[in-house]
Amino acid sequence: MAAVTDQMSIPAAPAQRKTPKGTFDLIFRNASFFSALFVLVLLAGIMLSMVIGGWPVFREFGLSFLTSSQWDTINDKYGAWPAIVGTLSTALIALSIGVPLSLGIAVYLTQLAPPWFKQPVSTAIELLAAVPSIIYGMWGLFVFVPLFAAYVQIPLSNIIEGMPIVGTILYSRSPSGLGILTAGIILAFMIIPFIASIVRDMLDQIPSVLRESAYGIGATTWEVVRHVLVPQAGVSIIGAIMLGLGRALGETMAVTFVVGNANRLSASIMDPGSTIASRIANEFNEALGLQLNALIALGCILFFVTFVVLVIARILVARVKAF
Amino acid sequence: MSLTTPSTVRQLEPAVWGRVRQSRRAADRVMKVTAAGFTFLAIFVLFWILGMLVVKGLGGLSVATFTQITPGPGSTGGGLANAMLGSLVLTFLGIVVATPIGVLAGTYLAEYGKGSKLADLIRFINDILLSAPSILIGLFVYVIMVQPLGGYSGWAGGVALGIIAIPVIVRTTEDMLRLVPGPLREAGSALGAPTSIVITSITWRAAKAGMVTGILLALARIAGETAPLIFTALNNNFWFSPTLQGGVSNLPVTIYQFASAPYENWQQLAWAGSLIITMSILLLSIIARRIVRGAK
Repeated sequence: MAAVTDQMSIPAAPAQRKTPKGTFDLIFRNASFFSALFVLVLLAGIMLSMVIGGWPVFREFGLSFLTSSQWDTINDKYGAWPAIVGTLSTALIALSIGVPLSLGIAVYLTQLAPPWFKQPVSTAIELLAAVPSIIYGMWGLFVFVPLFAAYVQIPLSNIIEGMPIVGTILYSRSPSGLGILTAGIILAFMIIPFIASIVRDMLDQIPSVLRESAYGIGATTWEVVRHVLVPQAGVSIIGAIMLGLGRALGETMAVTFVVGNANRLSASIMDPGSTIASRIANEFNEALGLQLNALIALGCILFFVTFVVLVIARILVARVKAF
Repeated sequence: MSLTTPSTVRQLEPAVWGRVRQSRRAADRVMKVTAAGFTFLAIFVLFWILGMLVVKGLGGLSVATFTQITPGPGSTGGGLANAMLGSLVLTFLGIVVATPIGVLAGTYLAEYGKGSKLADLIRFINDILLSAPSILIGLFVYVIMVQPLGGYSGWAGGVALGIIAIPVIVRTTEDMLRLVPGPLREAGSALGAPTSIVITSITWRAAKAGMVTGILLALARIAGETAPLIFTALNNNFWFSPTLQGGVSNLPVTIYQFASAPYENWQQLAWAGSLIITMSILLLSIIARRIVRGAK
């Protein structure tokens, strides 16, 4: 009988030892599950806080908040139009300079660079992304802006003064070097590492058989890039560009340093302006009451614009990773 | 005989044949030169920025930079001691907030949530947060912490930096765990270890170097962040209180405020601070990259 009870007790022992481990297993599983859920909560929280924080302004001005150019802190009248235009125009200038540069860099790194040279150059390009935004701002303000004013703005304004269209868009009334175009140029260098490294990875993934067969029928490197690599990488390049656009739209410190922080809208990209992010950074600490809500409402607009851009970017980039 | 030039080509006028080939060659050469030129332009800008920092920053560096606190308006001398310590505290807080959440979330995505729709959604949203403008995260923390708690604090700054770091850590943790071969996990399970033990003592251990890299990359990412701190930790020119209430002085916002100030000692300190912060971040990123390359 004693032997039987002993045998009965044998399965009980591991069961006892198992209980604390089972508990840990459950706790660990739940902890990781809720940490993962927290990522969703974060995004929802950011969205909600922007909408709620900006709500008084949306209620007060309605759609005219988007289209009005007024920014009157004394009479509490706010409109986002100049900041929206500034954000979009700096981002578009950044793309039109940054995209060709990034594509050239990606092609150089994957097709042209000698093998020993590839790694250090790749690292250098990626380090451009590690330099803090505020350092770009200081470089922009203290090094680039004076050069830009002396060698581009002043001579160019002298040449084009009075010309139709060009004389308006590129004419600088006060050639200080600060302005929308300057901000766009600085932004271009800030988004290069992001676009270039994604496109580089995409080009590296393309099976080399495709390249070799194109070379085999006598194509030059340019023709291989133009007719084989680019069509293969296809939409993922657009995805990478959208990702760069997302960066450019929300970039704050560098832009705040060089954009000039003017509240009015100018027809010339040489004139000072402001972007959504630069205006928030500039005015936030002195803002009270409705002005604070107006700044958060600007943040809300920025959130939804970048959200849409980044969603499209991620979908396009992810689609091609599968091949 | 069969190795001679095909008759169709032989029939072409030599001049035409040469011109076609030359135009293709020219296009090719133009592209090669342009691509190389663009690459060197980007590298040139990197070294231009670094050179500027060294030239202007070294002049402002002295022992006092590390021992004295930031000077008030109009006073002479001064250093960055309080800003540097404040930055260390805020960055450390950020990493402390982000590491457990980021590592656990990355673990869920790589180990538990394989193939589930929810995990796909979380991964997607995490990628979006990864590139979300940091100024929005600053505003978010302002609305949920600074406004309700009635004032700027180092805690809010730490949380803001932590929120920026989380997606970086989630992403690298997941990527690194996916590199661990499945048979290792199966061997652990075959010994009777529950999933949690397999993950903590086998998978994590195998991916340790990569996971540390993720945390280093997150550190490099948040160490230079300025925009979110303007709304949360703010900045001031004295030692912050140990409770971190009120503003906490920090390097990035100090640089922002000092750089365009009319006082010469402020500008010098801004350059010295920029040199210190950029070099630390570049060093961190290079170390992190080395570890990744070793792990792969």
